[in-house]
Amino acid sequence: MSGMKQYETVIGLEVHVELATKTKIFCGCSTAFGGAPNTHTCPVCTGMPGSLPVLNKQVVNYAIAVGLATNCQITRKCKFDRKNYFYPDNPQNYQISQLYYPICRDGHVDISVNGNRKSVGIHEIHMEEDAGKLIHDNWLDASLVDYNRSGVPLIEIVSEPDMRSSEEVIAYLEKLRTTIQYLGASDCKLQEGSMRADVNLSVREVGAKQFGTRTEMKNINSFKAIAHAIAGETARQIELLEDGKKVIQETRRWDDNKGASFPMRSKEDAKDYRYFPEPDLPPIVISQEWIDRIKSQEPEFKEARMARYQKEYGLTAYDADILTDSRKVAETFEKAAAICGNPKKVANWLMDDTMRLLKDHSMDPEDIRFSPEHLAALVKLTDDNTINSSVAAEVFEKIFTDDIDPEQYVKEHGLKQVNDAGALEETIRGIVAANPQSVADYKAGKKKAIGFLVGQTMKAMKGKANPGMVNQILTKILEE
Amino acid sequence: MAHVIDDETIDYVGILAKLELDGEEKEKAKKDMAQMLDYVDMLNELDTDSVEPMTHVFPVNNVFREDVVTNGDGSEEALANAPERKENQYVVPKTFI
Amino acid sequence: MSLMNLTAVQLGQKIRAKEVSVQEAAQASLESIDAKEDRLHSFITRIDRKKVLARADEVQKKIDAGELTGPLAGVPVAVKDNMNTKGVLTTAASHILDNFVPRFSATAVERLEQAGAVIVGKTNMDEFAMGSTTETSYFGPTANPFDTTRVPGGSSGGSAAAVSGAEVPYALGSDTGGSIRQPCAYCGATGIKPTYGTVSRYGLIAYGSSLDQIGPIAKDVSDCAAILETIAAPDEKDSTSIRRDSYAFTKSLTEGVKGLKIGIPRDYFGEGLDPEVKKLVLAAADVLKSQGAIVEEFDLSLVQYAIPAYYLIACAEASSNLERFDGVKYGYRTKDYEELHQMYKKTRSEGFGPEVRRRIMLGSFVLSSGYYDAYYLKALRTKALIKAAFDKAFARYDVILGPVAPTTAPKMNSSLADPLKMYLSDVYTVSVNLCCLPGLSLPCGLASDGMPVGMQLIGDCFREDNLFRAAYAYEQARGPVVSPFAREEAAK
Repeated sequence: MSGMKQYETVIGLEVHVELATKTKIFCGCSTAFGGAPNTHTCPVCTGMPGSLPVLNKQVVNYAIAVGLATNCQITRKCKFDRKNYFYPDNPQNYQISQLYYPICRDGHVDISVNGNRKSVGIHEIHMEEDAGKLIHDNWLDASLVDYNRSGVPLIEIVSEPDMRSSEEVIAYLEKLRTTIQYLGASDCKLQEGSMRADVNLSVREVGAKQFGTRTEMKNINSFKAIAHAIAGETARQIELLEDGKKVIQETRRWDDNKGASFPMRSKEDAKDYRYFPEPDLPPIVISQEWIDRIKSQEPEFKEARMARYQKEYGLTAYDADILTDSRKVAETFEKAAAICGNPKKVANWLMDDTMRLLKDHSMDPEDIRFSPEHLAALVKLTDDNTINSSVAAEVFEKIFTDDIDPEQYVKEHGLKQVNDAGALEETIRGIVAANPQSVADYKAGKKKAIGFLVGQTMKAMKGKANPGMVNQILTKILEE
Repeated sequence: MAHVIDDETIDYVGILAKLELDGEEKEKAKKDMAQMLDYVDMLNELDTDSVEPMTHVFPVNNVFREDVVTNGDGSEEALANAPERKENQYVVPKTFI
Repeated sequence: MSLMNLTAVQLGQKIRAKEVSVQEAAQASLESIDAKEDRLHSFITRIDRKKVLARADEVQKKIDAGELTGPLAGVPVAVKDNMNTKGVLTTAASHILDNFVPRFSATAVERLEQAGAVIVGKTNMDEFAMGSTTETSYFGPTANPFDTTRVPGGSSGGSAAAVSGAEVPYALGSDTGGSIRQPCAYCGATGIKPTYGTVSRYGLIAYGSSLDQIGPIAKDVSDCAAILETIAAPDEKDSTSIRRDSYAFTKSLTEGVKGLKIGIPRDYFGEGLDPEVKKLVLAAADVLKSQGAIVEEFDLSLVQYAIPAYYLIACAEASSNLERFDGVKYGYRTKDYEELHQMYKKTRSEGFGPEVRRRIMLGSFVLSSGYYDAYYLKALRTKALIKAAFDKAFARYDVILGPVAPTTAPKMNSSLADPLKMYLSDVYTVSVNLCCLPGLSLPCGLASDGMPVGMQLIGDCFREDNLFRAAYAYEQARGPVVSPFAREEAAK
């Protein structure tokens, strides 16, 4: 960055979120991820002549829920419009979307970056259908089209140009993701494409009143790539301005591998979408009762939960933050804590072992399959000394992967901690007798030698001995 | 008002509509469109400033389906008419440059 | 006398009474088609004889088993080629779909089949229903059974000619701006465009989605009522289909017109209307008056604005509806291309005929950036004004009576050269589609050139009952209208 001028980056986001409905927005095809190409299709989502759309009510429910959670006004009479453009991933060559009467408008979310709070405005949220997938076929040197994703419901959340840094952008996206996940409206997985962000970015001199010319970067699929794209595009635009050139309003594709963005469209894409009201779909009238019903089903969101966890369970702000990042983890925590009465231990299992295992298995917290009952049972087994901590870690891995019942598992695998002093003493006497050198070392003042003897004992007891008791008995015998 | 449709406009509409017009046909299209636009200008005789555009005539709202999977594997039905296919997918000229 | 000279309801009665077998009825239709297609060309696709007879056999068994008892069970039918028929070529009369075999049937077709209809073929039409003469068909024109040098009208010209020419007892048509009513008028057939939403549009290849309706084309009013009763139903696959309070159309037929208030819009009888057409339509109004109807003239207003509003809306919707024809998923793809957009452009330019291209261009233009408000929204506002004018009229009248078309059927090759003039001939029919109203067309005599003249009865939304009352009463007084082709059939 050269020159004397100080620049400011102005960023607005268009975030596409795939909704967690069972079926597509306008037909009864499954939205399940990863089917063989074109197996989740029908005349409607492949644009067959004569087919007609019928709206999935759950899409409207989710859109209202997200709108309310982001402080939007709900449009009482909203309509769909057609957005016309030719591209093979779009079987009708128009996308059913909303332009004139989007379902939600004028909202905001509050974010916090480095302790500074800020409100990011939401211009609108609209409902629309997703496109199919194109892949390149090297053999044919052509593209192949799969319409399984065609017609999967999306909401597009359009922010105001209120963000000024990639930190703010990521905080905004994280806020949206947590909120939408809490609502159960989407799993918001960037890497699978169920949450995608288009970045509208311009630069201007600090203090300037008008916005600069913006560019749009499409479909960036990780937080890291978004940060790179913002840095890269900011630098490119400043360089243009410093060279006395103009920024062209255009759509660009961010290539994270090359670390640069490239213009996306040819002259054949006029970007003139000829929107008009969708004649195949009647308007949607949303009553106050409908809004109230959705509002009443709203979950307790992250901030409220964080505050409550600190107060109710005496957790630190840091721990409460981690536990409430995902509704799934938070609910598992609350249920397990209520059953076993030991919130601290439940919190530890969730924050340490669970997070590590999620990472090992490349899973999201929302993918957690184990039940809070089994986690609570595990905590109880450690609290009453039925198993020791190393056995507990082994059992937890089985809970995490297969949701086993820990009590039954411990019983079946004979993992109960041996708390029988007589049995332990007998074993330890044998170990002491078999290791005279270590005993001699201990007696000669090398107190560390006791560690080896403890290890031998645990090994002989197959890890099930109560470690405290082993220490105590061993010391007693050695001191005899 | 007599409309004149120039080459640039007709080419632009051709890009939007994905239609290729050349020579004689283009000239005819320019003339046809100008004639139609002259004709529909008649609507400007009507004062419609206070009139809401009428998209749907009937007060029918909220036509929904429930979120229940009703369709199975439609791939063969979908692809049966494809001009070019490779196994279960449609083949189109490459979109990645 | 041939079975093809019977109405659908009459033939259905004979089939149920076992006087005629379903096979015999189907045979009669197939033979009539064989004898006349060279001259009429009503059909794009004629279903294989063996398949038709096998279907007839299947229907006969169901009738014998008491499973099919409706008025149309076993009666042959022709379907306009813009309605999907599972496993049967469906082209919309376009090169771009000339190899398209749908894997599902239109709901209206399914309902006919459930009622025991035997489909014998798919009828010719203007390409994508865009035209008033059936001359824009990729498969060549259809002739008018009253005079084969004249057009049958359009866009449902094949269906109207097949019925008028006694190839089939009845047919399905579709009507976006008069496409059922006008060919009925030109061919001496009877047809109704029902209130928008009455018949499901699922499986109808869309032209103007807010205007399109499927309806019957038949020999008389009773058939129209019986057919409409069979195909009309709410459909969960069509969000714009409507659950009506009543679908009992046949019971209105014999209610008579005593006290029925009929309005004659003066603005439908002004300049441009052929004097002979005017005379015959007004004479029909007199017949209804003599039967006890109250007939009054009134000013409807805004009539001249219906055509520009209609063409803007229809072309805009069509430009979008026809985007899906791109050479990717079905239909024609150009042979020679290097890249995607060239493939699109060549496929569509080669695949669509001139009239379709013209309407797509106009529709794309009026929706494009900077023109939407001036043209498209202006048309939607005009539509609201026209609707208000009809609401006002229906506050006073039960039925509006007027002509269907300004003239009798024109000669072939005389219309397409001046598209605007062709559009103007739809002046009496398009507002019915804009306003979602029901409109019935039935013959009201022959002009001095021997060509049939049609009159139109327009009702308020969901008031088909009034149309059936008036049309049936008039028809009883009028007597049959028979084309030379039907006479030829009767002479067999």
